[in-house]
Amino acid sequence: MEKSTFRLKAGLAEMLKGGVIMDVVTAEQAKIAEDAGAVAVMALERVPADIRKEGGVARMSDPKLIREIKAAVTIPVMAKCRIGHLAEARILEALGVDYIDESEVLTPADDKYHVDKTLFKVPFVCGATNLGEALRRINEGAAMIRTKGEAGTGNIIEAVKHIRKVKEDIAMLQTASRKQLAAYAKKERVPLELVQSIRQLDRLPVVNFAAGGVATPADAALMMQLGCDGVFVGSGIFKSSNPRKYARAIVEATTHFNDAKLVAKVSEGLGEAMRGLEIGSLQMRLQDRGW
Amino acid sequence: MVGVLALQGDFREHLSILKKLGVDAKEIRTKEELSLVDGLIIPGGESTVINKLMRRHGLAEELVRKAQRGFPILGTCAGAIVISKEILGDPQVPLGLLDISVKRNAYGPQIESFEDDVEAKGIGKVRGCFIRAPIITRVGKRVDVLAKHQGNPVLFRQGNILASTFHPEIAGETRIHKLFLEMIKTRREKVQEPVSSTPPSHRSRHP
Repeated sequence: MEKSTFRLKAGLAEMLKGGVIMDVVTAEQAKIAEDAGAVAVMALERVPADIRKEGGVARMSDPKLIREIKAAVTIPVMAKCRIGHLAEARILEALGVDYIDESEVLTPADDKYHVDKTLFKVPFVCGATNLGEALRRINEGAAMIRTKGEAGTGNIIEAVKHIRKVKEDIAMLQTASRKQLAAYAKKERVPLELVQSIRQLDRLPVVNFAAGGVATPADAALMMQLGCDGVFVGSGIFKSSNPRKYARAIVEATTHFNDAKLVAKVSEGLGEAMRGLEIGSLQMRLQDRGW
Repeated sequence: MVGVLALQGDFREHLSILKKLGVDAKEIRTKEELSLVDGLIIPGGESTVINKLMRRHGLAEELVRKAQRGFPILGTCAGAIVISKEILGDPQVPLGLLDISVKRNAYGPQIESFEDDVEAKGIGKVRGCFIRAPIITRVGKRVDVLAKHQGNPVLFRQGNILASTFHPEIAGETRIHKLFLEMIKTRREKVQEPVSSTPPSHRSRHP
């Protein structure tokens, strides 16, 4: 019997496909998310919008909160550790979370190295703004990728930019010469074999979710139409005026992303979405964290 | 044509196994689409989510109606959970098509997920990926257990229903899908016989 093989780590992400992973800060919110049809919850102390507003160092959540959330739901529970924070990652693994998000939403702990995820039994998801970044994370052992977007803004433009960039980069590999492939691998500091495998697959070897700015059912449908495998919603749900209804609508829009009539129906009378922020007005760009 | 329920989960892996076997397949999201296929695969995923989404737009009722008339279904992991008779300690109500009782996520968190070989009756050694897998605590009399892993039943058949608690599709295993395709073929032949011998006016119940 084998455990923690890459196939099993990436396999769990495959099971989440077509689904919505929701940020929750209490056990009660976790329950609401599960009832609405979330495929997993991300347990954290503050949603990105609040981290942005309140400032300070954002760290891994209190283990007590994670345990409470784990006890409240039957769906997978994810939690965030700081970029490069090996000890936080070990604590989350010991708590039995199902996935760790090594996340730029928290304040980075290492300015040079991400966590060596191959050393862990628990699988990791990481953010990426382009293919090179995604491949560096996969090379470090990430079993799932998500766009970074710009968390806590409720503004979809950065997530769109990132999924489009990954797709453009993959398309570029298709027409690259052998020499160009080698140059790309060198520039991005990843093994040539990995670059070659992407060219052959014509997609990432792991699931790629949308994250960072998804605020409405239409945003979720857009990201799915652009080829994402599923959606993370951070501040969007519990910063809206009617979280239950909002959560359910985003779940349906993600599943039936190509059925505009259905997305229209579920988008009706949802109340106010999170207010959101213009990217140009930001003092802190979370997507620039990590490398 | 074979349908793969594409509301949520690893439906693409099932589609790629069917492609490997050279079979026409279709993603199914609505009850209208369900009427176009001869059998349905319910993939792995989150059973709570698949179950809810099936019930929101009438697909669940239609599937139960069809299954009771012999429509073939293959469920893997979450797919097996949603068609089971009973889910222990869980408020969700399954479709009740396969007479087993299920304990969800029974091996523990993701770090307890595992892969191993299982010996399947009539098939041979099969590589199974058990990802946050359920354990079957009760098997009804009409259910044939085709494989066990460390004493736990993991592959089942009850007439037109085939189900596993593991993911053959994640390991690239095709033989369980082949068995399912045979079930569809047998059904098609059975259904076609009486139809061809009945005059068209009596064939359809609809006006």
